[in-house]
Amino acid sequence: MSLLIMKPGLLTTVQDLGRYGYQQYGVIAGGAMDSYALRMANLLVGNDEREAGLEMTVTGPEITFAEPSLISICGGGLSPMLGEYPLPLWRTVYAPKGARLHFGRLSDGCRAYLAVAGGIAVPVQLNSRSTYLRAGIGGHQGRTLRSGDVLPIGTPTLRGNLWTEMLTREQGPESLSVSRWFPAYSLIPSYPETPVLRVIAGEEFLAFSEESRERFLSELFTILPQSDRMGYRLSGSSLSLVREQSLISSAVTFGTVQVPAGGNPIILMADRQTTGGYPKLAQVITADLPLLAQAKIGSAVRFRLITLQEAQKQLLQQELELRRLRLVLEHYHNG
Amino acid sequence: MAETTDDSEFMPQAPVNHGAARIVPLGDSAAIVILGDSISPQIHNRVRALCRYLEHHPFTGMTELVPSFTSIAVYYDGLGVLKAYQEYIRLGEECYPFLVVAALLEKILSLVESELPLQPRTVRIPVYYGGEAGPDLEFVARQNDLSPQEVIGIHSSAEYLVYMLGFAPGFPYLGGLPSSISTPRRLSPRVAIPAGSVGIAGDQAGVYPLETPGGWQLIGRTPISLFKPEAVPPTLLQAGDIVRFYPITRREFIEWGEDTP
Repeated sequence: MSLLIMKPGLLTTVQDLGRYGYQQYGVIAGGAMDSYALRMANLLVGNDEREAGLEMTVTGPEITFAEPSLISICGGGLSPMLGEYPLPLWRTVYAPKGARLHFGRLSDGCRAYLAVAGGIAVPVQLNSRSTYLRAGIGGHQGRTLRSGDVLPIGTPTLRGNLWTEMLTREQGPESLSVSRWFPAYSLIPSYPETPVLRVIAGEEFLAFSEESRERFLSELFTILPQSDRMGYRLSGSSLSLVREQSLISSAVTFGTVQVPAGGNPIILMADRQTTGGYPKLAQVITADLPLLAQAKIGSAVRFRLITLQEAQKQLLQQELELRRLRLVLEHYHNG
Repeated sequence: MAETTDDSEFMPQAPVNHGAARIVPLGDSAAIVILGDSISPQIHNRVRALCRYLEHHPFTGMTELVPSFTSIAVYYDGLGVLKAYQEYIRLGEECYPFLVVAALLEKILSLVESELPLQPRTVRIPVYYGGEAGPDLEFVARQNDLSPQEVIGIHSSAEYLVYMLGFAPGFPYLGGLPSSISTPRRLSPRVAIPAGSVGIAGDQAGVYPLETPGGWQLIGRTPISLFKPEAVPPTLLQAGDIVRFYPITRREFIEWGEDTP
């Protein structure tokens, strides 16, 4: 089983949920920028949600399926087409042998995730299949995909095979088929043009001037073109500390909002470094990281302060909903 | 926006204090245990002792540890923590994962205080100093009114403590650079520093495991790989190791065979 990359798109990499356990050695966690969309895509093809898929950014790739494949695309609206048919997102799709997946205009969000039943079976390195570009490890040869790449696909689960059987029952194995089932609307996020990101106060929150804190929580900040998978650089009001202080480097994480001396905040993203020494103003809550990951360069974001207790409640709720969906899907064998 | 920043409800979580240690949140999925406010071998030993304890006795839901100079970030899965420590939840509605983790860490801190310090491991690293491998050796010497040979002598006779790994896989932050050769960072960073480069930045010493941009003063290069993705653990050095550098010739460097300057 394999996928053939005909055109790579703007930035297409193999990602799973990240490389955990090695940050103490300076090895970044990485993983999907929008892990919610990847998890959902995996669940919809019967995979374990930790399987690797493709992260496709702004301009999608062109892919040929060497064998019949059960696929799902979740996340940003990159307008996928299978041959001449537009594909809905957040569905299970049966792609016949030789089918050609390509993408059109960007409607909302900026990253889509392709999961294939069986998962993208590139070698596991340091406990993950995620591409770590700077170290050249993980993913497909440690790099972004190129035309001509052939990606191996693993063995679908029993559930994946049953769904393939269900989807081919009416039209036969030669035709494209889209599932009638899909997750509840409440589980499908929308990606607003100007998202409001909930944050909790960071360790140095009170070291910032009151004026800076108020501006951070009331004004719009624009995502600058220098932003990437490592960090989003923002421009807006300049934020400053009550007095300059030098900090000892310590751990930073996905969503940490740090402010270097220049005053423009940087939000650390999936490929963040493991430790940092800039003051931590705030932390985007984990439940809102997908909205941030789908915010494109040039768009604006706004911040709203909530408590840690509320942030953890939101996260637990999201996890419980996904768990419920997983249970439902595990028992969905005849429909 | 309705929120004002003087609303105490939204202020940073009050730290959980345990003796000299403080426990604060790092976002909604990690807690940081701060064991001191300055870089010193004593605080580093406490960081290591707590890390070692947590590695051998992880609590359910703990996912990852990231030690740094004076603190340890403890990452956790909130759902796993709540499920495993039901007894904490009965304390009332106020209970959420961070509070459970802070309570667990407090208990662990009291246990760790009785632990004995570890015997450090010494790792010797060969360095080809100067020439094309150490383009800033002359500058470091001039800055400190020394000859390049004296800089090499001082750099290679000191003992360095690996405080933490960060910045890039396997990059060691080394303490113990003799102040007689300390040199500020370059005014403009280099776009690409070759893997193995041995550098100085202020009072810090380090070795670049991968080719990256960087602003440290480069005085030499080692033929040894500091990052080995196939090894367990994947890095030559670990926090707590003692490093000693020793000079090798250009010829020995080339014969080592892992890299050529």
